[in-house]
Amino acid sequence: MMDETTQVYRIFIRAEAQAIWDAITRPEFTARYFYGSRVETTGDVGTPFRYHSPDGEALWGDETVLEADPPHRLVVGWRSLWDPELAAEPASRVAWEIEPQDGGYCLLTVVHDRLADSPRTASSVGGTGWMLVLSGLKTVVETGSGLRG
Amino acid sequence: MDDLDPVFKALADPTRRALLDRLRERGGQSLTDLEREMPMSRFGVAKHLQVLADADLVVTRRAGRQKLHFLNPVPIRRIHDRWIDKYTEGRVSALTELKQEMEEDG
Repeated sequence: MMDETTQVYRIFIRAEAQAIWDAITRPEFTARYFYGSRVETTGDVGTPFRYHSPDGEALWGDETVLEADPPHRLVVGWRSLWDPELAAEPASRVAWEIEPQDGGYCLLTVVHDRLADSPRTASSVGGTGWMLVLSGLKTVVETGSGLRG
Repeated sequence: MDDLDPVFKALADPTRRALLDRLRERGGQSLTDLEREMPMSRFGVAKHLQVLADADLVVTRRAGRQKLHFLNPVPIRRIHDRWIDKYTEGRVSALTELKQEMEEDG
């Protein structure tokens, strides 16, 4: 069900689908564009999908993989655990879609929905949140900049 | 595809900016919804939406029979990153990295 509580973000990235998939599911990449956070996932449906804080002391996300079709589609639960007010809201859902295009590009779309009962989360991720993340992801994947070791 | 010309062209028109404002207030509107709020023909609104879609500022998704329009702010973020980033976030991330390196070494 798509309604006004759905947010959609889209960006062209000059890379193979697999490289973008890796950037979403491997901690050495997320650490470079996701506020320093390190992802933990096997990418298998029903398994945990976690974001660890940069210092590794806290969990910023602790949800589940809902759908996976590597390297094209990954759907995960979402709850912003880094802020108690956001964490208290019901879980929402994030779908990452990677569609190969002509000329060595992929179209990456993030659909964040099920936000109807989570207005604070909606405005938090809708401010600079996803924009910053996607723009950063593009830079990391296309240039490899900031990636150490 | 990081060509920003279509973005600036799309943003140069007040009607198109008004459409983006509508979609910012409420995402997921159909052409019929948007037409109702704009003082112009359905054809006119559709034409402007196409320019916005070409610039990737508007993304459409199918929901049943309906085609819903969403504001995609990412190209505007790219403008920010290209020119503003130089003065602000580069420094922030450099400091973050420095902190991490010091912590790793220590």
